[in-house]
Amino acid sequence: MLNTLVRLQAVKILLVLVVVGTLGACATADRHPAGTPADEWPGGTDQDARAPGSLDPDVEARPLGRDDRPLAQALDDPDSPLSTRVIYFEFDRDTVRSEFVDVIAAHGDYLSRHSEARVRLEGHTDERGTREYNLGLGERRAQSVRRMLMLQGARDEQIQVVSYGEEMPAELGDNEEAWEQNRRVEIVHEGGR
Amino acid sequence: MLRHLHPQPFPRRGEGGITLISRVNPMKPLKTLFLLLLLTLPLAAQGALEIRITQGVEGAMPVAIVPFAWDGGASRPPEDVAGIIAANLNRTGRFSPLDQEEMPQRPRAADEVSFATWRDQGSEYLVIGRVQEADGDRYAVRFQLFDVASGRQLTGYSIPVERSHLRRAAHMVSDIIYERLTGDRGAFDTQVAYVSLTRQDGDLRYALQVADADGHNPKTVFSSSEPILSPAWSPDGRRIAYVSFENRRSEIYIQDLDGGDRTRVASHEGINSAPAWSPDGRRLALTLSREGQPDIHVLNLADQSLTRVTQHRAIDTEPTWMPDGRSIVFTSDRAGQPQLYEVSVRGGEARRLTFEGRYNGGADISPDGRRLAMVHGAGSRFRIGLLDRESRLFRTLTDSGMDESPSFAPNGSMIIYATSEGGRGVLAAVSDDGRVHQRLVLEEGEVREPAWSPFLD
Repeated sequence: MLNTLVRLQAVKILLVLVVVGTLGACATADRHPAGTPADEWPGGTDQDARAPGSLDPDVEARPLGRDDRPLAQALDDPDSPLSTRVIYFEFDRDTVRSEFVDVIAAHGDYLSRHSEARVRLEGHTDERGTREYNLGLGERRAQSVRRMLMLQGARDEQIQVVSYGEEMPAELGDNEEAWEQNRRVEIVHEGGR
Repeated sequence: MLRHLHPQPFPRRGEGGITLISRVNPMKPLKTLFLLLLLTLPLAAQGALEIRITQGVEGAMPVAIVPFAWDGGASRPPEDVAGIIAANLNRTGRFSPLDQEEMPQRPRAADEVSFATWRDQGSEYLVIGRVQEADGDRYAVRFQLFDVASGRQLTGYSIPVERSHLRRAAHMVSDIIYERLTGDRGAFDTQVAYVSLTRQDGDLRYALQVADADGHNPKTVFSSSEPILSPAWSPDGRRIAYVSFENRRSEIYIQDLDGGDRTRVASHEGINSAPAWSPDGRRLALTLSREGQPDIHVLNLADQSLTRVTQHRAIDTEPTWMPDGRSIVFTSDRAGQPQLYEVSVRGGEARRLTFEGRYNGGADISPDGRRLAMVHGAGSRFRIGLLDRESRLFRTLTDSGMDESPSFAPNGSMIIYATSEGGRGVLAAVSDDGRVHQRLVLEEGEVREPAWSPFLD
């Protein structure tokens, strides 16, 4: 039992490292079999961010949280928390890990400042357990992220939740390394309608 | 298109010196012999499933299925009818067919049978038969089943059949033999639906397929670049409900197998999944999360009215009906981990059914309602478990690590399920006593989500 705990701790540390290591580069276009690759986002971003800017000059000028730059730049900036679009979860859990709280808050903040912006939260699980149960679990993860976005002022109609369960793994393979990549919520910005 | 295969009781014959008891088994008119041929819509055939028996059995009933004689122009009949019958019987775990190489004789007709020889050899039952070429593409498959000890004919039929349905005739013969020797209806002349996943030029292709219960004659019912899940047969075997992500979210469709007609029946906000037909075929239990969390609902197919059956913050999903149609067994993690519960179709308090292990889900109920097959998880291993409802006896039937989607044969004798072999999804089946295991392997790609058809009559 103690051994297991120690190992769990080790896994956690490893997880954090993996997450940090993939920040910015964790867009999943190359390992995402069928969903919308998060990489498609920057093209849409410019447009979305500029359009409101031209309508409302204040928007572009407003700083984002700790970031002093205009929003549009912040969105494109690989160093911005907004560049993280994948939130990872523990096995059979739907609670957001502390290291992702700031990321989700940044997305929520962005949504609250861009009323025309839309996100699709795609909930995923690893392959363990039944497919139907995992559909439920994937949705519950996406709902966790949704609630946090709304705490930041995002509105209900800006957020679409969809669960793919275990059907769209980011990583193939039946080992913990693959599983931890697959237990995730992808934040897909769909821009204005 | 209807095709009738008329069975005609075979004239009784005896070997010289052995008197037949005057009464031939009065087979009640077998409903299975009047067949609706499904899948007449233009369907693309994919690679056949190959069956491998992965674990043999001891103590099964020794039978001998002598290679059928051939009365026809070509040198051989297009199918090895005796081989198909032997493979069918072998898979159930209840029979141990004699290897053709070890047969002491190969009688072509009843008067060539030496029962003394077969008694010495040890087979308890003997099947002989003949495939006769009638005109053009028509054949007659004749067979006789003998009790070796007494030399009595237990049953015999002649089944006229088109050339392309010769395998089906072999399954019907298997059903007749199985029923005569076990008292239970055979389920060889049935089908299995499943989802295949292939990669073409880097693109994933999901296909809902229907094949014979032995994996042959696979036909594509629906295909998509997005996931397909949870096929469920209507009780009359004519329709399949399933989940499709073709619109990038889960939705439930019902598709006719004989006309291809396809209807979307659930597309609410959130999850639309886990369809299960009521025994009367008029309602569909399903999982919807439109109220905020996945709950069990019942959809009346006639008027599209929805009834909410469960109402819980937990994940409630994977409904399946008890045979009496009054209650539903489902998976819920309301106690912290997924376990099976039973609830009245009218709602109310749910009763927990499983207590063994920390993960029990994806239940299928045996046709007699007495047993529950489920996905039983311990650690990171998921196996197929079987719970006897009356005795509360629980056992695991399989021994690999990624087993799911158990589905009973319509006679309850076997369970088909999905598993993984070398990282690849394959189908497997296990006899209900856990003694005979087999794999059904698609030539290419992966297969998953099997659902055994009801009796097709």
